[in-house]
Amino acid sequence: MKYQSQKIALAYFAVAMGLFAVQVTMGLVLGWVYVSPNFLSELLPFNILRMLHTNSLIVWLICGFFGAAYFLIPEEAEREIHSTKLAYLQLIILVVGTLGVVLTYTFNLFEGNWLLGKEGREFIEQPKWVKMGIVVAALIFLYNVTMTVLKGKKTAITNILLLGLWGLALLFLFSFYNPENLSLDKQYWWYIVHLWVEGVWELIMASILAYLMLKLTGVDREIVEKWLYVIVAAALFSGILGTGHHYYWIGTPGYWQWIGSIFSALEVIPFFAMMAFAFVMVWKGRRDHPNKAALLWSLGCATLAFFGAGVWGFLHTLHGVNYYTHGTQITAAHGHLAFFGAYVSLNLAIFTYAMPILKGRDPYNQVINMASFWLMAGGMTFMTFVLTFAGTLQTHLQRVLGEYFMDVQDQLALFYWMRFGAGIAVVLGALLFIYAVAMPRKEIIEPGKTAEVPAE
Amino acid sequence: MTETQARSEPRNALDELPGELLMWVLIVSELLVFGAGLAAFLGVRISDPFGFAEAQDHLHRTGAALNTVVLITSGFLAARAVQLRRNGQRTMARWHLIAAMLLGGVFLWIKGIEFAEKAEQGIGVETHPFFMFYYLLTGFHAAHVVAGIVILGLVAIWDEAHIIEVGAAFWHMVDLVWVLLFPVVYLLA
Repeated sequence: MKYQSQKIALAYFAVAMGLFAVQVTMGLVLGWVYVSPNFLSELLPFNILRMLHTNSLIVWLICGFFGAAYFLIPEEAEREIHSTKLAYLQLIILVVGTLGVVLTYTFNLFEGNWLLGKEGREFIEQPKWVKMGIVVAALIFLYNVTMTVLKGKKTAITNILLLGLWGLALLFLFSFYNPENLSLDKQYWWYIVHLWVEGVWELIMASILAYLMLKLTGVDREIVEKWLYVIVAAALFSGILGTGHHYYWIGTPGYWQWIGSIFSALEVIPFFAMMAFAFVMVWKGRRDHPNKAALLWSLGCATLAFFGAGVWGFLHTLHGVNYYTHGTQITAAHGHLAFFGAYVSLNLAIFTYAMPILKGRDPYNQVINMASFWLMAGGMTFMTFVLTFAGTLQTHLQRVLGEYFMDVQDQLALFYWMRFGAGIAVVLGALLFIYAVAMPRKEIIEPGKTAEVPAE
Repeated sequence: MTETQARSEPRNALDELPGELLMWVLIVSELLVFGAGLAAFLGVRISDPFGFAEAQDHLHRTGAALNTVVLITSGFLAARAVQLRRNGQRTMARWHLIAAMLLGGVFLWIKGIEFAEKAEQGIGVETHPFFMFYYLLTGFHAAHVVAGIVILGLVAIWDEAHIIEVGAAFWHMVDLVWVLLFPVVYLLA
């Protein structure tokens, strides 16, 4: 660790991993509700569980991005973070907000209260006071990192990262705007959800991936930057008007079906470019970095993002297809692999890379970490296939043959059982990962020594 | 980075592109979008050939043909500007760029008359699938003409030869797209 203030990242990563554990546990409970629908129905209804599952995902991913920014910006800008105190204050605000959210959702506190009660819009259900807190935290963050970069060296990686983070914060402001008209409500709602994950988050992803490639493969910065600019251009070109693929059936004019179909079909390009980028850099690279697990996560991220976000997104993005598949388990399949591949894996890659450096040790627990990768990636891929089959069947039974929703759900039971099994693998993988990065060995294990004690 | 570019990176086709790599990324992306739009147009047309033919008769073919000449001439002037700048005739290059911009303005003026005429007849985006594609494709293209005029203006101010070349490349793309749109949307019987 070159700069003391990089240490801030440790606290952010810890919070992120804690919420990661909460998120996948909630996911597992939800998976169980699918096979046994009355489970917890009085205590914690499905909709509340789902809110906790999706909200904690978003919050931990963002905490991870913040941590990644605090970790890599000092190195790139070649100076300490502007204010360490502000960085910790920001984290405290986020943690208090998160606790507030969990308590408000779980016990349904202050129902209907303008400031304190939960709001009804999917994914942005947070009470208004929490939203305000998020904005304040985001402002503190942007001030802090922007000051650092302005005073330090400016690189393509930090420029793109800042662009992405500024976009993330500014687009969140749309969560305060809630028009009466339901079509308009949905239209602005997607400015947040879509323009995050298919817009500015891709910039964050590309820049963090570029940083990892730079460090892990030792390829020239010039080459990394050229790729980075191309990826970012492709992401913004396709992603912004690609928002149209959410406007097919919400009451917006019909031309959105074509704008959405055409532009969102191109969204596969930046994800393909990121995958090509990661592999080409590894092939070109001459550096033999000891942190193999970080490399595995980086390559896994680029690959699974291409399939989850790119291929599975394209699967149901054309409006002629989406007319039938909209809101079926196909969407759930895509959502799971896209978030896991693109943003979960990205965070786990930077955690894996940064944690040994933050702790001042050699990369430890490499085998456990890599095992956790295969467990999580395998589980999530299996889940994706299972849900895709479930969704295909559901589309046919429900949308083509016109059977009732609940009758169809009964026929999907086998798939939901398998999804629950896949969920167990993912949760075990997640816990294994947290163990691997958080519980250090005293020293690195030499390959020779392990051969002597195979029983360990 | 200390290592030299030459050692790690043999010269490849990308390095030989004129202008700027990112401009080519943009150009290829634009061609993909307009290409997909035209393909969708032709696809939907199969489902209703008579409706499309009838709708097409409402279009102003002469105006569009005139616009084709206007835009190609404008593209020629932009290309000349690059040559002139390379030969050191800086003022002349600038005048060519300004002329190219003015012709872009003429294109928009003619296009504006066309759109106004349609609006007067009560033809809108929702009138018929033909007109939805008509407005989407030519409207998007017109927006690119506006962007192109701005870009030509910028490269007339910051007028190094290779920068003018980047601007001219964008302008040629706008040209090319129109040359593809014109026959498919206006003429194809």
